Parts: sequence; structure tokens; C-alpha cells
Amino acid sequence: MNLRELEAGQVERRPGDAILALDGISLAFGGVKALSDVSFDVREHEIRAIIGPNGAGKSSLLNVINGVYRPQQGRITFRGEVRAAMEPHRAAAMGIARTFQSLALFKGMSVLDNILAGRNLMMKCNLLLQALRVGPALREEIEHRRRVEDIIDFLEIQHVRKSVVGRLPYGLQKRVDLGRALAAEPRVLLLDEPMAGMNIEEKQDMSRFILDVNDEFGTTIVLIEHDMGVVMDLSDRVVVLDYGKKIADGTPDEVRASQAVIDAYLGVKH
Amino acid sequence: MTVETGTVPDTFPKLLLHHAHERPGRPAIREKAFGIWQAWTWGEMRGEVERLAAGLSQAGLARGAHIAVIGANRPRLYWTLTAAQCLGAIPVPFYEDAIAQEMVYVFQDAEIAYAIVEDQEQADKLLEILPQCPKLEHIWFDDPRGLRHYAQPELASYESLTAAGEAFARAHPGFLAAEVARIAPGDPAIMMYTSGTTGHPKGVVLSHENLVASSRAYAELEGLRDDEEVLAYLPMAWIGQNLFSYAQWMAVGFRINCIESGETVLTDMREIGPTYYFAPPRVLEALLTQVTIRMEDAAAPKRFLFRYFMDLARRVGAKLLDGRPVGAADRALYALGNLLVYAPLRNALGMSRVRVAYTAGEAIGPDLFVFYRSLGINLKQLYGSTETSVMVCVQPNGAVKPDTVGPPMKGVEVRVLESGEILLRSPGLFREYYKNDEATREAKDADGWFHTGDAGFFDEAGHLKIIDRAKDVGKLSDGTLFAPKYLENKLKFFPHVKEAVAFGDGRPRASAMINIDMQAVGDWAERRGIPYSGYADLAAKRPVIDLVRGCVEKVNADLAQDPKLAGSQIHRFVILHKELDADDGELTRTRKVRRRFIAEKYAGIVEALDGTADRCVVEAQVRFEDGRTGSIRAELPVVEAKTFAPAAARAAA
Repeated sequence: MNLRELEAGQVERRPGDAILALDGISLAFGGVKALSDVSFDVREHEIRAIIGPNGAGKSSLLNVINGVYRPQQGRITFRGEVRAAMEPHRAAAMGIARTFQSLALFKGMSVLDNILAGRNLMMKCNLLLQALRVGPALREEIEHRRRVEDIIDFLEIQHVRKSVVGRLPYGLQKRVDLGRALAAEPRVLLLDEPMAGMNIEEKQDMSRFILDVNDEFGTTIVLIEHDMGVVMDLSDRVVVLDYGKKIADGTPDEVRASQAVIDAYLGVKH
Repeated sequence: MTVETGTVPDTFPKLLLHHAHERPGRPAIREKAFGIWQAWTWGEMRGEVERLAAGLSQAGLARGAHIAVIGANRPRLYWTLTAAQCLGAIPVPFYEDAIAQEMVYVFQDAEIAYAIVEDQEQADKLLEILPQCPKLEHIWFDDPRGLRHYAQPELASYESLTAAGEAFARAHPGFLAAEVARIAPGDPAIMMYTSGTTGHPKGVVLSHENLVASSRAYAELEGLRDDEEVLAYLPMAWIGQNLFSYAQWMAVGFRINCIESGETVLTDMREIGPTYYFAPPRVLEALLTQVTIRMEDAAAPKRFLFRYFMDLARRVGAKLLDGRPVGAADRALYALGNLLVYAPLRNALGMSRVRVAYTAGEAIGPDLFVFYRSLGINLKQLYGSTETSVMVCVQPNGAVKPDTVGPPMKGVEVRVLESGEILLRSPGLFREYYKNDEATREAKDADGWFHTGDAGFFDEAGHLKIIDRAKDVGKLSDGTLFAPKYLENKLKFFPHVKEAVAFGDGRPRASAMINIDMQAVGDWAERRGIPYSGYADLAAKRPVIDLVRGCVEKVNADLAQDPKLAGSQIHRFVILHKELDADDGELTRTRKVRRRFIAEKYAGIVEALDGTADRCVVEAQVRFEDGRTGSIRAELPVVEAKTFAPAAARAAA
């Protein structure tokens, strides 16, 4: 059963106001223009996809959103705060979490510890108390562990809870990476090719998890993905980039029908 | 049992009230959730069941109505069984991996109007079959994940059901006790559908009396106490799981532990350390494979230790467990082995605390069976079926004979017909097949004897030996009993034999066609440097033929020990030039051999097996994977196997 179909008819999807807006973003590395004058917004609770051919600037755009890159021009508005560029620690503190195309996990640590690491910004007790595991630190640790167990249950990875991440198959590592991002209880979750290198079954599982995250926690999701089928099924709205420029923006159906998009993907006669 | 006679509770609802009164603070059921074992005491469980029963009653579930229970082992699903039984309704458990269309027949047959399901996956299936099952009105789900936006009027959460029940139960405090008092021991307690190899599945109606009698017989036999730990991990729709994790749990008042997920069984088992364990052979086999693979990866000294002590265990372990005499030196070595290998291995398997372990469901290979017993785990086979509440025979402690299922349990009468079919009468015998009087009459005759459809006989020690399905058992032309499947299974327990087909009914001597296992024999040949091109080539190699002959002769030696079966030793065999295949109609889709079809197709070979020629020519049609057909012509050697005189058997084996 397609969850989306069912929802469309029966559920009020609280589209919400724009939680994140990019305004005229331009980013260049020396003479290479990665992004030129890109503007788009992300509404609260929606799933927003960024697509485009290789080298279109998708990952750069995510890096601008969470502050890894500073754009030369433009403004970013996040939860009402306008600034010229995001700072990574600011982004994390304000509720932006991300997963990585080439996983960024602690390979030698267990699944549990990896996900727990995702909560590090929320750990308030000082190092000494934590080391001694006394009073407030112990209570805090129990609370964190409870949240982590929720995520483990949610992502159905109970059986590898204590396994070392480096030994898990790739599809499971991707799930752990998502779990680590979720542990930060983000408002906005940036997913950089969550389904790259997966087989069909793993893709289906991951799609379910993304939909469920959006649905259960109301998390706003911005994702980059190459698999068109996945993008069109999952997202509410799609931004299309080509050579650093935005060439289309709208619902999956609108984007699919756009001539500019067809040209970008299939090529055009000169 | 802690219950004094006279007030012995005889139905599941009464048993619940009894435990809630006798041991209110003891954990009754645990479930691992969110990484922690969550426990509910008998007192808490009584409350849960009361709320649920009141909710179901409010929703209209009445005496005699059926309610579907679909999902993995979850406390709430177990409570559903009891709650339904409190109301005199009959729970019908389903296999959680059944596809939607398979469920339709049962829903229609049992006219099921109510269902409690575990999660979205199960709810989706029921919504899919809803148009075919107009009677289905209510579906309650345990786990709301993904179901939040479903708007079907049939769907509601488990919580909504118990919330309604709680309000009602508070307003009517005597409600549960009054309902429970109305349940008689002869009332139906549960209905389980048998898979049914032919036609539709049949609903087997079991009463409280049936299941409680069976449970108590086991409890008495094994001295089960209320502090046993049991792992609940097998499908709830299987009678084995129901008897060992529900009926006996309720009858004795021990503890069941629901696993976290299907993939965590081994971890969960190690954490709980069950004292009483039940597993079908395939589970035991999978565990052994895991151990073997990990041992192959271990360092050389560990491998050596493992091999050395497992050889010792195979020699003396089972004897020690049975209390038979063993030399002092072996005893000392075994004790050392226990320290170094067996105890750590038992711990790794989660079986350190197992007092009694059962296996049933299908034939278990002797090597597999002996492996566990030689480690000091008291694994025993039993014989039973849904219709008998699994109460027929159990291997006795201290006198386990691997190829029998033991003597009949207390209270069970067993009779073997001339044809070999086993008949029995017992208090565990089912009431009837639901809405199928004809089938009931066929299975249960006027005197109450149940025709099992299995063939077997008692050996000299009074242990029952199951050999085959009764309809497949035949006789050699001199009247000797011939049980093809028994011979085939014995052959198939050798890793080198993949399939075997035995012939002998109405013939002078027994013979067999054999398929080698390409993987196992291929590896074997490679290690010996025997080159081969494909299956047919490998099967025709002289060393391979000798290898298989060795297997056949071992089976013969084994058969010779049994006076009833000694006459059906395999005199001649052929290794087929191709693998039997379902595409060619030689196997069923579930990989059972179609003996009659094969006998017709390879009539030439069968004739040669009965004759004296040492070769035979065979031409057979094969269907290739792309759908084309072709024919293969081959000349096969017919091999003579050594047979043993019944008296000489022991020396040769």
C-alpha cells in the first residue's frame, strides 16, 4: 500500500510556513562557479528534493545550508533569522542535522555509541560528572540512552545494537548514519544521497524510514537523490539544478513536465 | 504443581485468576523492548486481560465467536488469547508471514469478525482482503507506527480498546469473575488451522481440557516448576509454540520471554538463559551451522581443541547424559572438555541453564541430535500433532534412543494397526474439525481412536518408532514392512546425498535411486584431486560411487539392527545422471519426491534395479530453464550394496 496516496486524500498535511529560505545564493571556488543566484525555500514538515545532473551543485547547496561553505552572495533565513552565511555549529545548535554521501561514522564504535554521539550537543553535564556517572549525569545518560533506544527501535536495528559499525553491511551503515542524525532531534534533516549504492530492497526500506521520520516526528527533510523514481515518490516539492543554476522548482509532476529539466537530463540539439 | 486437589483450575481464565492470586508479584511475561527486558507480573497481567476482555466484550465479542490474532510474539497478543478465552470466544492465531490471500479462506471459514494485529504490515493484509471477508468488522492494532493516517472505520488502536474496557471494568467490578465462572473445561479454547497438504486447511478445535491435560502431563513428566524461564520466539500459530509457551505457561505459572525481533533470538536467548527450551530441527541446525562456521574462522589451537573434545563428546557425552557406564579416563577428559569447550559453547548457544529441551516437527538428523546431547544438553524428541495437543510420546530422561520418539505419555493409549498406522486415544485429543463433520469422523472413529495417518511400530523397549506416512508404507513381496520415506530420510541425513527415492512395494527387494549433493560431493572430489566437468560426470566417477555405496551400506547396517526393518535393506542402487527437479515434475514445489511419477518415468531403471544387470540405459526428457525440452541418454551403472544379516549387524556397524 502506498502511504502517500492514502495520505493525499485523507490527511491534512500541515504544510506550514517556510522554515528555511535561500535568497540569491552564489558560490564560487576561484573561477569555478558552483552556484549562481539560487533561491528557494523549504516549508516546515515537507520533504524537499534537490536533483540535477552530476556537478550541478547539489552537495554544495547542502553545504551552504549547514554552513560548511560560505557563499559570496545571498542570504539564508532559518527560523526567522537572516544571515549572510550559516556557521556549522550554529546550524547544529539551531536544529539542522545531516547525513553524508560517504558515511561519516565512527567505524570502530558500536551502533549504540555512534547514535549516542549524535546527541553530544544535548549533553549538559560536565566531563567530570559524566566520568563519575553521579547524580545528574547518570540521570542524563539514562535519558539519552532512552532516546537512542527509540531510534534503534524506529530504524529496526536492534539486532546490531552492539555490533561494531565498520563490520556492518553498507545498507545498515546508511541506516545508522540516519540514526545518528536523528539523535540530534533536528528540525531540518539534510540527506545527501541516502540511497546511493543500495539495492532495490534497501532503497524501499530507506524510503519507508524517510517517510516515517517525516510523518512521526514532523521533521522537515531536504534530500539529494539520483534515483528519479524515489525522488518523485517521496518528495512534496523538487528543486532542479543544472550548472549551478536553478532551472525548475515545483511539485514532482510540474518538474517532470518542465522542458528545461528534460533538456538538462536528456541533452538538447545545438 | 502448587495447586491442591479439589480446587485445581481447569480452564485458562481460571488459571490466570489463580496465578494472580497465588503469585501476584512474580513476573509472568517479559518482552525486550527498547533494549530492556520489560516485565509484567501475574497481578498486572490480570489487570491487562480484564481491561482487554471488557473492551472486547463492549465491542460485541460474544461466546463462541472467533477472533484472529496475527503477529509475532508480543505480550498483548498473548493477553488477547486469554481475554478471548475469558469471554468464551475462540482465538484463531495466524502465521505472521502468511500472505493476505492465504488468510482469506480461514477468515471466511471461521466467519471471523474481530482481529487483533501487531502492526501496519498485518493491518494492510486484512484491509486488502476486507472485500472478500465482509464479516470482518474490527481490526485493532498494537503498534500504531505508519497507521496514524489510515481512516478505515474498521481500524482502531489497541489502546482505544483497553481504554473503553477500563471504564467498563471499573463500573462493573465483578465482570471478569462472572465471565470466567461460565467457562467449562470442555469449551473450545483455541482453533488452529492445519496446513493441509491436500485441499483447504482444517480448523482443529482444542478445548481447555485438551490443552490443560497435555500441559500437566508434560509438567509432571519433567517436573516443571513455576520458576522456569521460556523463550517465546516461534510462530504463535504453531501448536508447538502454543502448547509450550502458552498452555504450559498458564498451567504451571512459569515465565515466558518475548524476543525483541526475529534477528535477535540468539542474543535474547543468552540474556534470558532459558531453563526449558523448544526448537524445531531447522533452528538447531542453523545454530550448529553458525558454530561450525565460526570455528572454521578460529585460530588453529582453538580448532584443534574443538575437534578433539567434540570427538570425545560424540563418543561418551550422550552416554554420560543417559547415566550409562563410562571409563574413568574418559570421564576425566570429558570434565576437562566441559571446562574448556562444552560449557563455553553451551553459554554461547544460550543453553547453559537448559534442563529440558525438546525438538519436534520433522525428522531430526542423528548427527545433529547427538551433537546437542553430547554437549550435555538434555535434548529430547517428542511426537504429537495439532489434533493431539502434542501429547503422544516423549523420549524419557536417561533412556533416549535417537531413532524413536519414546514411550507413550501417561494417559495416552497407542495402538498400531496391521497396516502400520498408529491410532491413539488421549485426553489431549481434539474436539473436532471446525464445520467439517466428515473429516472429523474420518479421523476419529466411533470408539474415540484418532487415526494419525502416520505409520510406525513399537520396538522391544516399548518405544514408538515413526517410519513414514501410513499411505506410503508398503510391503515387499515376501511381506516385509517397507517404509520408503524412512529409508530416504536415513540416506538424506548423509551430507553427500541430496535426494533419494526408494522402491520396494510389491517387489522382491528394496532398491534406491540417489542424487548426490553437488556442493558436498564436489568439495569432497576437489579435496581428493578428482577432476569432473559437471553433475553427470561427477556422479559416474568410481570413487563417488564407492562413497555413496558406503552411505547405503551404513544405512543397511543400521536397518539390520531393527528386526522389523532388517528385511528392507537396500540391495541395489543407481546414482541418477541428473538432479531431480520440480520443473521436470519429479519433485513437488516444496521439494518432496513424487515417487510414483518417478517410478513411471524411469521404469527402465526400476526394472534394472530389480534385475541382475550391472548397467542400464536411460533416456529421459528434461526441461531446460528457458522452457525448451531435450532428452538425455545415459548408461548408468547399477551398484550392488552389501546387506547385513540381522544378527551380524552389530559387529559390522
